Amino acid sequence: MKATQQLEQQLKRRSKAAKLEIWGRVVSFSALLLIVAVVVAIIGFVASKGIATFTSNHVNLWDFLTGKQWNPNITDANGKPEVGALPMIVGSFLITILSALVATPFAIGTAVFMNEISPNKGAKILQPVTELLVGIPSVVYGFIGLSVVVPVTRAIFGGSGFGILSGTCVLFVMILPTVTSMSADALKSVPRYYREASLALGATQWQTIYKVVLRAATPGLMTAVVFGMARAFGEALAVQMVIGNAALMPNSLVSPSSTLTSVLTTGIGNTVMGSLQNNALWSLALVLLLMSLVFNLIIRLIGRKGRLQ
Amino acid sequence: MFVNNDVRKSEEMLERHVTQPSEAGHPIILSTEDLHVYYGKKEALFEGDLQFASNQITALIGPSGSGKSTFLRSLNRMNDRIATVTGRIMYRGVDINQPAVDVYEMRRRVGMVFQRPNPFAKSIYDNIAFALRLRGVTGKHELDEIVETSLKQAALWEQVKDDLNKSALALSGGQAQRLCIARAIAVKPDILLLDEPASALDPVSTGQLEDTLLELKENYTIIIVTHNMQQAARISEYTAFFNQGRVLEYDTTSQIFTNPQVQVTSDYVSGNFG
Repeated sequence: MKATQQLEQQLKRRSKAAKLEIWGRVVSFSALLLIVAVVVAIIGFVASKGIATFTSNHVNLWDFLTGKQWNPNITDANGKPEVGALPMIVGSFLITILSALVATPFAIGTAVFMNEISPNKGAKILQPVTELLVGIPSVVYGFIGLSVVVPVTRAIFGGSGFGILSGTCVLFVMILPTVTSMSADALKSVPRYYREASLALGATQWQTIYKVVLRAATPGLMTAVVFGMARAFGEALAVQMVIGNAALMPNSLVSPSSTLTSVLTTGIGNTVMGSLQNNALWSLALVLLLMSLVFNLIIRLIGRKGRLQ
Repeated sequence: MFVNNDVRKSEEMLERHVTQPSEAGHPIILSTEDLHVYYGKKEALFEGDLQFASNQITALIGPSGSGKSTFLRSLNRMNDRIATVTGRIMYRGVDINQPAVDVYEMRRRVGMVFQRPNPFAKSIYDNIAFALRLRGVTGKHELDEIVETSLKQAALWEQVKDDLNKSALALSGGQAQRLCIARAIAVKPDILLLDEPASALDPVSTGQLEDTLLELKENYTIIIVTHNMQQAARISEYTAFFNQGRVLEYDTTSQIFTNPQVQVTSDYVSGNFG
C-alpha cells in the first residue's frame, strides 16, 4: 500500500522536463499570438483608414474604382474631389500581367534546363545566379532601369521612355528568379518514376518533359507564376523609378503612367493625416492589400487542387 | 540477407557455373557479352554474360546490391544517363549498346515494368494510349482495340472495362501494376523486363500477377528480377544467381533450386546465406 502511494507521488510530481515543456509551449504560442495580432492590426488599420474616404469624405465607391481623374487636391465641377483610381488599377494589372507573361516562358525554360536537361550545370551555375538575383535590392534594379532601360526604350519607341514597357522590363528581371526557383521546385517534386515510366515506354526526353513532367507539375508551375505576379503587383520602388508617375490612363505602353504602389510611395509623404488626400492614398493601399489576399487565395486554391489529383 | 563477404575465400567467390540456354537448343533472342557497368568509378557489374531464351521466363535472383537490377536496367539502356555501360547487348543479332542505336525505338521492342506501380495521373485509357499516341496512333477505333487487347492480356479488362475514363491512381496496387504491364505491352514489344514487379503487392495480387506472366510468355520473352525465390521457382524456366556484381550460376530453374553447383548459390537458395 505504501509502495503504491509512493509510486503515485512519483508519477504525479511534475518533473523539470515537464515544466520546461509547458514553458516552451507558452513561448511559442505567444510568438504566434504576436504575429497574428500584428497582421490583424495592419489589416484593421489599413481598412479603417481606407474606408474613411468613403465614410467621412463621402466619395462614392463606384466613382473611386471607375473614375479616370486622380487629383485629390482639387474638386470637380460638382464639388466632388477627383479621386478616380482606375488609371492606377489598370496600370498595376497591366504591368503585372505583362511581366508575368514575359517571365513565365523564360522561367519554365530555365527550370526545365536546370532539372531535366543538365542537372549538373543547373546546380553549379544557374542555382547560384538565381539566388544572387533574388538578393539584389529593388532600388538597384530601379536604378539600372532608370539608366539603361528607359534610355533604350526612348531611343526605340520615342517619347520619354518612362512607362509601362520600361516597368515591365524591370519587373521581368525582378520576378524571373522567384518564378524560376519555384518552377524548379515544382519540377523537382514530380516523382522520378513518372519519368522512368515514360522513358521505358519509348518516349523521348522531350516527349517525357512535355507530356508527363510539365503536366504533372502544372499546379506547382501555376503557383510559381501567381507568386511572381504577387511580387510584381506589390513592387513599389523599382517601378516608381521607371514608370513616369503620371496618374493618367495609359494610352500606350510607352506613355508615362502609374501603379497603385508608385502613387502611394510618391504621395504618402506629402499629405496630412486625416485629410482627404491622405485617406484616398489609404484607399489605394486597401485595394493593394485586398489584391494580395486574392493572390494568396488563388495560390491556396491551386495548391489544394494539386493535392487532390 | 547478405552479410559478410570478407570471410568468404576469394576462390569460393569466383567459383562459377554457367549453362547457357543455347546449349539446350533454345532459340536465343537476347544475349550480353562482356557487359560491365560503372557508377562513376565504382564498378557495379562485372562480366554479365547471359543468353536469354525466346518466349521463356528468366529469373534474376540474388541478394540486395548484387547487380541484378543494374543488369536488367542496362538491357534497355535505362542506365544511360546514370552509369557507364560497356560491352555488347545483342538483340536478334544487333548490338543495341551502341551510340548509333535509337534508344526510343529500341525501348519499344524491349519494354520495362518497375518495382513500384507507376501509372501516370491520367485515366486508365490514356495511360495505355500514352505510348501509342506518341507513335502517331491516333485513330479512335485502333486505340480502343489496342487498349482492350492489352488490358485483356494483362488480365485487367474485366475489372476496369466500365471505368476506362477514371483516374488510374484510384486502382489498387495489384491492378495498377497490371495496368503498367498492359501499358508496356500495348506497343507490342518483343521482350518484357520486370524489376521486382510483385514486391509491393500482397500475396493474392502476386499470385494473379504470376498467372498473367505465365500467359504472356506465349507472346513475349520475359526477364524478371525477383527477391522472392519461390516466385522464381514457380514461374521461370531459367534462373541466374547474382552476387557482388557477378553471375555466379546460370542454369535451368529446377537445376538451380534442386542441384546448385556453386556453394554460394546453394547457401542462398536454401536460406543459409551469410
